[in-house]
Amino acid sequence: MKLYKLFSGQQSHIFSGLSVTLILSLLLFCSFKLHAAGSGLIFVSSEKDNVLTVLDGSTYELVKKIETSDRPRHMAFNPDRSKIYVACGDGESIDIVDVASLEVVDQIEDIEDPEAFDLSPDGKTMYISLEDDGALGVLDIETREMVAEIEVGEEPEGVLTSPDGKLVFVTSEVANAVQIVDTEAQELATTVIVGTRPRRFAMLPSNQSLWVTNELSGSVSIIDLASREISDTITFSPKGFRAEDITPVGIALTQDGKTAYIGLGRANHVAVLDVASLEVKDYVLVGERAWNTTLTSDESRLIVTNGLSDDISIIDTSNNKVIKSVPVGRVPYMALIDD
Amino acid sequence: MKVNSFSARCFVEKASLLVICFSFLCIANPAISLAETVYEIGYLDYKKDPRYKKKALYAKYLGKPLGRSNQGAKTALKEIKFHGKALGITFELNQKRFRKPAELAELMQEFADEKVDFVLVDLEADLLLEAANLAENHGITILNVSAADTRLRQQDCRKNVFHVIPSHNMLMDALSQHLASLKWRSVLALVGPSPGDKAVLETFRASAKRYGIKISKEREFVLGSDPRVREKNNTKLLTQGDYDVIFVADTDGEFARHLPYKTVKPTPVVGAEGLAPVAWHWAWDRYGAPQLEKRFEKQSKRPMGSNDWAAWLAVKMIAKGIQTTEKTERDVLVNFFTDPETVFDGFKGNRVNFRSWNHQLRQPILLVTHNWVIQRTPIEGFLHKTQNLDTLGIDAPESQCELN
Repeated sequence: MKLYKLFSGQQSHIFSGLSVTLILSLLLFCSFKLHAAGSGLIFVSSEKDNVLTVLDGSTYELVKKIETSDRPRHMAFNPDRSKIYVACGDGESIDIVDVASLEVVDQIEDIEDPEAFDLSPDGKTMYISLEDDGALGVLDIETREMVAEIEVGEEPEGVLTSPDGKLVFVTSEVANAVQIVDTEAQELATTVIVGTRPRRFAMLPSNQSLWVTNELSGSVSIIDLASREISDTITFSPKGFRAEDITPVGIALTQDGKTAYIGLGRANHVAVLDVASLEVKDYVLVGERAWNTTLTSDESRLIVTNGLSDDISIIDTSNNKVIKSVPVGRVPYMALIDD
Repeated sequence: MKVNSFSARCFVEKASLLVICFSFLCIANPAISLAETVYEIGYLDYKKDPRYKKKALYAKYLGKPLGRSNQGAKTALKEIKFHGKALGITFELNQKRFRKPAELAELMQEFADEKVDFVLVDLEADLLLEAANLAENHGITILNVSAADTRLRQQDCRKNVFHVIPSHNMLMDALSQHLASLKWRSVLALVGPSPGDKAVLETFRASAKRYGIKISKEREFVLGSDPRVREKNNTKLLTQGDYDVIFVADTDGEFARHLPYKTVKPTPVVGAEGLAPVAWHWAWDRYGAPQLEKRFEKQSKRPMGSNDWAAWLAVKMIAKGIQTTEKTERDVLVNFFTDPETVFDGFKGNRVNFRSWNHQLRQPILLVTHNWVIQRTPIEGFLHKTQNLDTLGIDAPESQCELN
């Protein structure tokens, strides 16, 4: 990753011949390294053209398009962040991308229509929503065996593992419910009824409060994990859009748990929400069908994938303004940042 | 911002102790199987329904049924396994099919005896009305999954009928929006001999007027090759003239499929062929549609059509009502259906629910070719003062329906 940075983003400075520039750029590079470990590269999966678009994290220039199996959607790093797992729905595989070489180096095959997934805290187990089977798949990454399929209702989608790894939360789009799975017993423990077409999760740092976006009822349900009941429901009203246009899916939380960013889908806005008061502080206009939202590790930027305008919006979180829109692949799904 | 609190707490207040214990056990340990209550959803159709004749199904006319809609209902049953959990309910389909219309009264009585409150009805308009009148006497509510006729939403509307399938008005408005958006404003309209064809044309006329489309010429067609009526059966003679687009009203479908690529000028065909407005199409690929399509095809070994979709959604609506209200009484569920805050998921991108003035489900309409969805309507830019989905179909001020 370090090598990569030397030969791309910082290249012009290093070879400029001016020692001052060289030193300055090295200093900059070092300070950058202190709070951000990775290459800064942004990976964007796109459903229709079977690529991950790789962008430079500071210039947002195209670095590479990595060809994957068909219909790449959800992505996640392995624990040491050297690899990216990519769920490829139509390719029926989990592709494994090497972050250093930017290539697909391996595949876990024969997984029927994987969409979203999450890893166990030790990174050894992958919990995958298997849309066609109405099940949560438990995959042993090392042996590549599907060790269990837990029935959770048709069309499971969003998956989140609790920080202690004891529970897995799964949204079921057609059951209007969040299913809570006990990983030790490998069975469904609780069903919590939420809004219509629940999609994605975010967990507050206290680990006591789970947020879930409801795409069709246009809301976010907050589940109190102690009682496993709904404690609050948040709705949105960006200017110029009606309730039926508000279709929240993506959600990102700051590490301190104070601010939430929610992509409002066809309302083409991202809601910036104050977690303490549950008040929306701002609505930021982005591209069409704002889908998943991803924060950089320093939380200075928010990347929003716009499914219907084939681009991403980059928001400066200090003033909630879009600083750039960058074209990516066809029907972008989510962004993952190597920082 | 609106903050609501619901679910388990109010449920505890409402439900009986026994049910609480049952559901608690159920949730706590799904392995324990309890004596569950079966909630039956009725399904009614007619053996000799001409729309489902073997020959018509084999032809796969654009926008027409591909099989009986009970397959849609069966697909839905698999999706609602968890909906009745809190009440310890499992859902089943109670299917009845009559061979002669005279048997209708008897079957409706059976539904009543078997405590069925909601019946999905897949019948043509006249039979549906007969069923609705009989059902009213038994306190049964009907969900219309296949009859698009305007009159069922206007003068012949019934308080105990909910229309999940879109009306001809909605379909024609969807088409007109598309023509208007492309500025294809001069239309040749071809209409068949059946009263159904004429009713479709009449609806299209009203819709064209609404959207500023001009029907420059109307001609009647007949099937056949009799040279004495060639001006009605010869596509070249029928399509003489210069138009932006040809609209064909053909409820049967056999004539319309001959029309594209046989017109005098290279004019696109819409309506019963070429580009058709429908509730559902197998190629629709957004908002979870491919997953639903896959589940349906697994169940029925064929692609999903509009009536299948309506039957699927009708079952889901009943289950959603029970899941949300935690009640099974008919009146509670009917109130849930008519509540403007109710949100159903039709897998077409918008939340869908019933219009208060005629119990028609407002919903997006798809404009489709044989293998693709060209447009989802309402098209952006066609605005309504309260709800853009109401740019499609009979709006409140035009309603002649009196539900009370």
